[in-house]
Amino acid sequence: MTLAETRPAEAAQTPVFYDLDEHDHPEGGSTLLGFWIYLMSDCLIFAMLFAAYGVLGHNYAAGPAPRDLFELPLVAVNTSMLLLSSITYGFAMIAMQGRRVRLTQFWLAVTALFGASFVGIELHEFGGMIGEGATPQRSAFLSSFFALVGTHGLHVTAGLIWLATLFVQVGKYGLIEANKRRIMCLSMFWHFLDVIWIGVFTFVYLLGALR
Amino acid sequence: MENPILHALFGRLTFDAFPIHEPILVATFIVVALGGAATLGAITYYRLWGYLWSEWFTSVDHKRIGVMYLALGFIMLLRGFADALMMRLQQALAFNGSQGYLPAHHFDQVFTAHGVIMIFFVAMPFVTGLMNFVVPLQIGARDVSFPFLNNFSFWMTAAGAVTVMLSLFVGEFARTGWLAFPPLSESAYSPDVGVDYYIWGLQVAGLGTLLSGVNLVATIVKMRAPGMTMMRMPIFTWTALCTNILIVAAFPVLTAVLAMLSLDRYLGTDFFTNDFGGNPMMYVNLIWIWGHPEVYILILPLFGVFSEVTATFSGKRLFGYTSMVYATVVITILSYLVWLHHFFTMGSGASVNSFFGITTMVISIPTGAKMFNWLFTMYHGRIRFELPMMWTIAFMLTFVIGGMTGVLLAVPPADFVLHNSLFLVAHFHNVIISGVVFGSFAGIAYWFPKAFGFKLDPFWGKLSFWFWVVGFYFAFMPLYVLGLMGVTRRMRVFDDPSLQIWFVIAAVGAGMIAIGIACSLIQIVVSIRNREALADLTGDPWDARTLEWSTSSPPPSYNFAFTPIVYDTDAWQDMKERGYVRPISGFKPIHLPKNTGVGVILGVLSVIFAFAMVWWIWWLAALSFASMLATAIAHTFNYHRNFHLAADVVARTEGERTRLLLQRS
Amino acid sequence: MTDAHLDHEASHATETSIHATLSGYLTGFALSIALTAIPFWLVMRGGLDNKQATALVVVGFAFVQIVVHMLYFLHMDAKSEGGWTLMALIFTLVLLAIALSGTLWVMYHLDVNMMPGMQNMIHKP
Repeated sequence: MTLAETRPAEAAQTPVFYDLDEHDHPEGGSTLLGFWIYLMSDCLIFAMLFAAYGVLGHNYAAGPAPRDLFELPLVAVNTSMLLLSSITYGFAMIAMQGRRVRLTQFWLAVTALFGASFVGIELHEFGGMIGEGATPQRSAFLSSFFALVGTHGLHVTAGLIWLATLFVQVGKYGLIEANKRRIMCLSMFWHFLDVIWIGVFTFVYLLGALR
Repeated sequence: MENPILHALFGRLTFDAFPIHEPILVATFIVVALGGAATLGAITYYRLWGYLWSEWFTSVDHKRIGVMYLALGFIMLLRGFADALMMRLQQALAFNGSQGYLPAHHFDQVFTAHGVIMIFFVAMPFVTGLMNFVVPLQIGARDVSFPFLNNFSFWMTAAGAVTVMLSLFVGEFARTGWLAFPPLSESAYSPDVGVDYYIWGLQVAGLGTLLSGVNLVATIVKMRAPGMTMMRMPIFTWTALCTNILIVAAFPVLTAVLAMLSLDRYLGTDFFTNDFGGNPMMYVNLIWIWGHPEVYILILPLFGVFSEVTATFSGKRLFGYTSMVYATVVITILSYLVWLHHFFTMGSGASVNSFFGITTMVISIPTGAKMFNWLFTMYHGRIRFELPMMWTIAFMLTFVIGGMTGVLLAVPPADFVLHNSLFLVAHFHNVIISGVVFGSFAGIAYWFPKAFGFKLDPFWGKLSFWFWVVGFYFAFMPLYVLGLMGVTRRMRVFDDPSLQIWFVIAAVGAGMIAIGIACSLIQIVVSIRNREALADLTGDPWDARTLEWSTSSPPPSYNFAFTPIVYDTDAWQDMKERGYVRPISGFKPIHLPKNTGVGVILGVLSVIFAFAMVWWIWWLAALSFASMLATAIAHTFNYHRNFHLAADVVARTEGERTRLLLQRS
Repeated sequence: MTDAHLDHEASHATETSIHATLSGYLTGFALSIALTAIPFWLVMRGGLDNKQATALVVVGFAFVQIVVHMLYFLHMDAKSEGGWTLMALIFTLVLLAIALSGTLWVMYHLDVNMMPGMQNMIHKP
């Protein structure tokens, strides 16, 4: 885009109107930006769920309140799982930059392990709450809680499926450009989920426990 | 019916779901079935299946996809308009003790389906189709950023439309109005499948719209021709950029809100229920956070169309390009600050209502600025009253009336009188029909020769124009009167016989619009038959100003043999003025995306998934969802999505164009 | 399907790639641990005397941590993609603020106006 930023002063002279010596546009040049825009839209889905929680989160309908339900130690463990998976994904990125296929795969697998334990712990937490009668149907507070935290969990699950797919693809085709691009997209996705989780543990769990 | 095996197999789908006892629906079904059979038979007879499949359905070419969007919009317009005619007829008849001809159960479905179809499956496909077709050409690109995603988006929109259409013959549609407000849309009050059809139809189509928004934003940001800085982008591309930003930022809201409603309906949660702490007004609040930007998603691209048309047919540079850009950007942001004006009457206090009332009035300022820009573009111009320009002038006259009634409704005390009255109905039809419908017709008439290589027949087009415009005034001015008298919307029968005359006039107006639609159908047929006489061999039939007119009509699959270099907002006009020389040799192979059927497969699977969810056929839902996931993952293993179009093929295509251009001169 | 061919086909697509560094990740990780642990510790030991102050501190930590993640993990800067990523983020944050604060304001107003008698009940567990 450096070509002719300004209109040539001598208008009488016919300028070059066609790029006669053009090369193929690099494939996937828009992918990272496009994926980021998609993430922004995903962010707004979470915003709506936060809004629902913000408005309905006090409506206990004479049912259990956050203080009765939330086990902060469990949430702390869960948070550390996600945080650890973030740094291991970072290691996968470093390995990818070093063009080390096996090492990249290794760190992707470790990330998946932490991610899976995050989902496992969350399911355990949900199971416990439902066992106590604190089901999503019990009150608007619980509906919005399960929707918000559950949507985050579903995203992590989708990320796990993506991790598994990428693991296979990196093994099969190596660190070709297309795969690198995908690893970078998944990196954004994974860290984005971590950012959402900061909002969740702060606004839902910590502030909930303070109520 | 209580057979557990049947229940496991078919969910709540039983023979009662087929409306064989409703004569209107049976007749409709027979007409649709005969028409569908005739169409399919004709396609088979002329051996078009292979052609349609390989050249259209699986195409990743943005031009083909754009045309398919417009075709979808047109087909759905016929359905949505049939609903409108039925309502007008019912309301004109149901006086003096008459119940009209539509039972309440049916009438409520008709007005819901009319709104849903017109907004989501007529206006949105028109707008998306125009943007898809025009934007890459206008910015000198060979395709969009993500060609496969584009095809997939289209098929998701089509799948949503099919899902909604299915409700006509299997089960029923929502009876809740087009936004399905709870608590009415909750399972306590709407236990049947109508709202579920609504939810899944919109979720599927909404995903398509969102992804197409992401795609076009990335395209406009990343794929502009060299030299095309932001302030040299054609104004239609600017409005398309703002529209798609709005789509990306608004449609997730709709997705989230509908997801919460479906959780209420499927799992029994309490987001919007009357009890257990739910709050129905929360739904209204959230859905209008999507709903108001949606209004601007619909209208902004058409503002772009009007700008292009006005500049072209006035033979002048657009007046106030910079102010037009800023007005568009301001509208984009302000559209997020006005949503509460849709529910002033819900009971919030004076501070809330006055804040949103004032922001609503403020938004009319940039819109007014645009109106003056168009007027000043025409001033001292040599105006050619071709069809697109006629639609534009009809828009300017009509839209101003709708805009003024809108500002009137923005005054909260006035809104308390007019809320949910026919005045409101008249207002939003006034802006949507004059803006979106007239704009789409202007855009279609303007770009049709670019898409197909021949102009639309002007005689039938003008006939259609006059019937539409006059019909519009006949159909909606009476509703303003009725609304001021206090008649509320969505009424099936009326007690006061003095109102009947106004409804009769409105029905006459609807009939005139019907003739207008018939004329535009005839126009297409006549144009195809006279295509030799109407042909455009130059690629620039209107003496237009932007880059899409610099290539042939229809453009080759690669759009531009050589990417143009841009020095001016009106790049093509600049090229013409300064004596550009079209290169006729030295062609190179061109990198293009390959067609793929994955989009169609995913679209079909999502219809099956939606249908299974609506009818609680859980095994089928799980199976179709798993198949979608598997198809999508399998698609990511395909790394060979592009090919090179050989240089001699490009040379041959361009040589043909050179011959045509020489022949003409 | 040869990998060499695949690699060649897109060999010049690297202009947009992210340049991650080990030290960047480790810094971000260390900061995140601190910014997560402190608010958890604060709330789990019962918070400060003033609940509102505790809430403010916790939220403050969250905002700082979000910025840390954006910088060190998501590699946000004003230059990548010609500034479009940052612009998209800022635009989204503006809309997020409008939608969230607007919703809370509107719905709070509704509660106050339509259910004045229930004000005391609403905020009671």
